[in-house]
Amino acid sequence: MTMELGEDYPEIREAVARICENFPGEYWRRLDAESAYPDEFVATLTREGWLAALIPAEFGGSGLPLRAAAVILETIHASGCNAGACHAQMYVMGTLLRHGSKSQKERYLPAIAAGDLRLQAFGVTEPSTGSDTTQIKTRAVRDGDHFIVDGQKLWTSRALQSDLMLLLARTTPADEITKRGNGLTVFLVDLTEAVGKGLEIRPIDAMINHNTTEIFMDQLKIPADSVVGEEGNGFWHILDGMNAERILIAAEALGDARWFTAKAASYATEREVFGRPIGANQGIQFPIARAHAETEAADLMARKAAALFDAGKHCGAEANMAKMLASEAAWHAGDSCFQTFGGFAFAREYDIERKWRETRLFQTAPISTNMILAYIGQHVLGIPRSY
Amino acid sequence: MKVLVAVKRVIDPNVKVRVKADESGVETANVKMAMNPFDEIGVEEAIRMREAGTADEVVAVSIGAQQVQETIRTALAMGADRGIHVNTDETIQPLAAAKLLKAVIEKEQPQVVILGKQAVDDDAGQTGQMLAALLGWSQATFASKIALGDGEAEVTREIDGGLEVIKAKLPMVVTTDLRLNEPRYASLPNIMKAKKKPIEEMTPADLGVDPAPRLTLVKVVEPPKRHAGIIVETVAELVDKLKNEAKVI
Ligand SMILES: Cc1cc2nc3c(=O)[nH]c(=O)nc-3n(C[C@H](O)[C@H](O)[C@H](O)COP(=O)(O)OP(=O)(O)OC[C@H]3O[C@@H](n4cnc5c(N)ncnc54)[C@H](O)[C@@H]3O)c2cc1C
Ligand SMILES: Cc1cc2nc3c(=O)[nH]c(=O)nc-3n(C[C@H](O)[C@H](O)[C@H](O)COP(=O)(O)OP(=O)(O)OC[C@H]3O[C@@H](n4cnc5c(N)ncnc54)[C@H](O)[C@@H]3O)c2cc1C
Repeated sequence: MTMELGEDYPEIREAVARICENFPGEYWRRLDAESAYPDEFVATLTREGWLAALIPAEFGGSGLPLRAAAVILETIHASGCNAGACHAQMYVMGTLLRHGSKSQKERYLPAIAAGDLRLQAFGVTEPSTGSDTTQIKTRAVRDGDHFIVDGQKLWTSRALQSDLMLLLARTTPADEITKRGNGLTVFLVDLTEAVGKGLEIRPIDAMINHNTTEIFMDQLKIPADSVVGEEGNGFWHILDGMNAERILIAAEALGDARWFTAKAASYATEREVFGRPIGANQGIQFPIARAHAETEAADLMARKAAALFDAGKHCGAEANMAKMLASEAAWHAGDSCFQTFGGFAFAREYDIERKWRETRLFQTAPISTNMILAYIGQHVLGIPRSY
Repeated sequence: MKVLVAVKRVIDPNVKVRVKADESGVETANVKMAMNPFDEIGVEEAIRMREAGTADEVVAVSIGAQQVQETIRTALAMGADRGIHVNTDETIQPLAAAKLLKAVIEKEQPQVVILGKQAVDDDAGQTGQMLAALLGWSQATFASKIALGDGEAEVTREIDGGLEVIKAKLPMVVTTDLRLNEPRYASLPNIMKAKKKPIEEMTPADLGVDPAPRLTLVKVVEPPKRHAGIIVETVAELVDKLKNEAKVI
């Protein structure tokens, strides 16, 4: 197993940064104000093959390791853009790839790679069970060669911009299972079929422009062959994908952190009050320096997690720690950038307040900091459980 | 028909350039580099010629230290077929670049050679013209349109106050202007393919050219800082200042 230091994948960084140059702050500010989807940005990334980076070549993608995808997303965020509108198109297919049947893979993956089919909605979180994923209540009951689904999902991002949704639902009642985590099943739901026929999507007005929604399912009828992997083992199937997601989210947070720090360092050098650059004051300089050190440390953990993932080894602890450390480094970098800019940080045209709102998400989703600490405490260190 | 494009590695145009403390040049250590934007336009034009069926091979050439191979890779990722790297640590001035390119061209025998009208680092704007003169070929500089015909080309040139259309025999040297085309991105699949495309390495000695600079760079200095303006109270005061202080009217 190897882990590269420094600027790995320089050609990817350069090419992605090149695209991002054409999507400057004003583009994102306009979308933010209108809660609109970045159609042109996503179409460009799709057309240029970036969202198919992880899909194996035999299905029309580039078959790159997770680390390459992390570099793509980090670059997008370090350039001031946001990949939240389309990052899931890169990795949600991982569950299909690892656990789907041959015919499912052949049917969907090439179209996903080409960008003709969007699989970028992942419905797990529910209003009443939250972080306690194994307790979800959405029920799928077998009915001949169909399943009938009833329940509600919350915070299902990009459902309105997706053709397919990966859905986690209960197929065995909670009181009949023998092991926590069993009894859940992953379904691949064709949203183009389901909307209006038992499935309703409502956008949520949220702090950031994340195109997130709530989904209501009432007697939704889906074909039995939409089960991905084994019935009852859905929770275990999505765990792998969740590690990948955490590593990629860590990369996005690292990109944000680098954007904030670069911005802060340059402003601290240029802005003069009291007759000298504000950065010469250690009250300004040190928080920026500290955030940089935290970013570099989190970057190492994120690379370690990706190296383990790409080598097919266990990476739950590292993926979680990388996500936590990177989200906190980004938050600290954001805060020091905010403080460095004085009153100007509040002016939207500097993009700092937008990036600051955006990067706050990473401490909450896809998994909140406390749940990571609980994982480390309970699973890594063996301390008694809170749940 | 073969098209040869010259690509130069320069400081990324988005980077704020800093002059070295000793005034011997500009800082390049840890500075983001990129392909000269006019050369990107050249690569794009050459690829379009191949896509249109008028050219069958596009060769990208760069001169410089080992790192210029990254710039050649970018050209390959955009769609060039193969690369040539003239490896030298020497500072390359326009005349040396023209001589080296001439030697490469004599080996490669392209019908069309495309360069940028200038490189955004030194803004010399001379290499294309010198190359055409050394080769004894036709030249069409500042091109905003190139129409290849049978053994000849019609090129629209951007000149002061308008456009000029010229027709010349191939082989010819063309230098690109900004409006010639909008270069494409290097897509991920093409970046992957570019890794397998060959880059041939050679040295100035292999080409029989001495690339040593002929001009001495005396010093590089920052442009003077702009001073804050003043607000005048009346038109009369403005006229007075323009007449007596600025002495421009
Ligand atoms: C913008 C956005 C996009 C999202 N996109 C998606 C998506 O596409 N798909 C999807 O399925 N979900 C998505 N989510 C949901 C996200 O994954 C959840 O919000 C997150 O997992 C937390 O769940 P919750 O909001 O129900 O919080 P809760 O589970 O109610 O937790 C609330 C707080 O209590 C803490 N807590 C809970 N239990 C414990 C404990 N045992 N010990 C200590 N602290 C505890 C948590 O850490 C948290 O801080 C998204 C959320 C947001 C905000
Ligand atoms: C929403 C909003 C409303 C406002 N309303 C008003 C108003 O009604 N009237 C009004 O007059 N102003 C108003 N302001 C301006 C506000 O008071 C200034 O933004 C604030 O005083 C900081 O000044 P600055 O933005 O120029 O930052 P700067 O002075 O440029 O400071 C930038 C950073 O450098 C730090 N810094 C500067 N010098 C030193 C030093 N020597 N040592 C250590 N750190 C240093 C500062 O603490 C700050 O973190 C408002 C600002 C906002 C955002």
